[in-house]
Amino acid sequence: MTASDRFRADSGRRHRRERTFRRLALSATWFGVVMLGILIVGILKDGVGQLSLDFLDNFPSRKPEQAGFKAAIWGSVWAVSFTGVFSVPLGIGAAIYLEEYAHKGRLVRILELLIANLAGVPSILYGMLGLIAFVRMFGLETTTILGIEVPFGRSVLAGSATLTLLILPVIIIASREALRAVPDSLRQAAYGIGATRWQCVRHHVLPAAIPGMLTGVVLALSRALGETAPLIMIGALTYVAFVPETPYDLFTAMPIQIFNWASRPQLEFHHLAATGCIVLLVVLLGMNGLAVWLRNRAESRKA
Amino acid sequence: MSRSLTACALAGLLMACGGDAENDANASSMLQGTVQIDGSSTVFPITEAVAEEFGGMHPRVRVTVGVSGTGGGMKKFAQGETAISGASRPIKQKEVDACAASGVEFIELPVAYDGLAVVVNKDNDFATTMTVDELNAMWHAGSTATRWSDIRPDWPDREFRLYAPGQDSGTFDYFTETVNGKSGNCRPDATFSEDDNVLVTGIAGDKDGIGFFGYAYYHENADKLNVVAVDGGKGPVKPDMTTIETGTYAPLSRPLFIYVSKEAAGRPEVDAFVNYYLGDGRMLAEEVGYVPMPEAAAEKTRQRYSNRVLGTTQG
Repeated sequence: MTASDRFRADSGRRHRRERTFRRLALSATWFGVVMLGILIVGILKDGVGQLSLDFLDNFPSRKPEQAGFKAAIWGSVWAVSFTGVFSVPLGIGAAIYLEEYAHKGRLVRILELLIANLAGVPSILYGMLGLIAFVRMFGLETTTILGIEVPFGRSVLAGSATLTLLILPVIIIASREALRAVPDSLRQAAYGIGATRWQCVRHHVLPAAIPGMLTGVVLALSRALGETAPLIMIGALTYVAFVPETPYDLFTAMPIQIFNWASRPQLEFHHLAATGCIVLLVVLLGMNGLAVWLRNRAESRKA
Repeated sequence: MSRSLTACALAGLLMACGGDAENDANASSMLQGTVQIDGSSTVFPITEAVAEEFGGMHPRVRVTVGVSGTGGGMKKFAQGETAISGASRPIKQKEVDACAASGVEFIELPVAYDGLAVVVNKDNDFATTMTVDELNAMWHAGSTATRWSDIRPDWPDREFRLYAPGQDSGTFDYFTETVNGKSGNCRPDATFSEDDNVLVTGIAGDKDGIGFFGYAYYHENADKLNVVAVDGGKGPVKPDMTTIETGTYAPLSRPLFIYVSKEAAGRPEVDAFVNYYLGDGRMLAEEVGYVPMPEAAAEKTRQRYSNRVLGTTQG
């Protein structure tokens, strides 16, 4: 039997295998989508009935029909906004240093290893770190440094600082990927006409990398929005009937309020938890939409 | 391009700053300040209800309530981080010591009663009553009983499965102390959950399940679970509003407390909050599934507070 005979003889089996693998890969793809679909249908069924302007504009209440999500929504908005303000410059700055400035030596390898590991640390540990480092500041007496009150206490500021630590590794890694995807010819052209490193980064590399970075940043902020464990750890509260007005105010967040409703005895509160999930999902999808829009805009500008 | 990033961050900030101040407009009371509360998740619904009503009268006072559990709340209270701590069991000696160490003086105030319901599956038609000794034989650490028939010989020869609240909860502390003699004394092979709804679901789906949790959780799920009448030596009694209040549901009815820091009680907003909690607010307990203090006991509690009686009378 020649090689081509064997090939033909085997042909049916190979094609069957091909089809089987294709189906396996397809079902792996659909698995996640179907699960998400079941989840969404489930929370819509339980939650959409309570969705109303009152729900968005009321503070928590012992009466399920009067209970609302306002403090949680605004608490989350405050916390995630400040997380963005802290984490974006830090994360992108670190990525630029590691990609564009640092010499690829042992130190950078160690830093890379540390950052990659930090991205995998369970969030509750960041909560413990935040409690010690930001809420209590290692037992520091209350005082003011450079116009900032310290320690932060259980404030928006402490929550944002903790969430910043949590998502910083993700932002650094995503931003580095984006920087690495920028072709070297761009840099060489800039250096060729005598640009400094900063000029090269500022005018050429960064604009090209921004779309990729934005995606990473928004995904990381979405994660911050959904985190509960570290916020519970630093003592974000469950019953809050006001909207934060300064970064030093106490706050609650959407996942905390959802968790509290889900753990109560009355069925009506379980339904409210589902309604809260809908709002949280809408905000998350909105943020992801924003990421796509920003990326497309940045890309079309570049072109 | 970095300009649009900055713009994006700024937009986020501005959006965040658009909080509201409309509440101040119709302020009927000039009282302001913050009342920070933490502690037991069992006491939380009562405190939340009181905070909600209080907030309507004093819109400029910010009341915040956390749910760190009785033990977790006490840690914060002992460090002076909170003004009031809810507790579903009396303060422990080592917590009293921690308060003393950091100079926190406290006033102990019982605010409502709760019953611990012992519940079994809807299909369980034999375990309708249990004595405290039988519960002890079932739950104490080192117990070798694994079958219903080990507890009472005429019960079925099937394995039972135990469901219990998490070990950080005052509910767990109270049950183990009352039934097994020492707080925390419990066999480790039970299913523990901090979320009582998980216990409800577990027992409702397990024909041989048995567990305990706060009466409110049984009350809301009475169609899915059977409650066990507990015999503390004077015949079996089922928990309900009356037997819990009068204490005939013994020994598994318990007082719930708030602990108020004496220093914080000197602040007018905290003082007003506690007075409301003990006064008109006390009946709110019933709305959220607990048993309010009877008037005579409530009056004593008010006296205790207005005289700033320090320390614990329990244990």
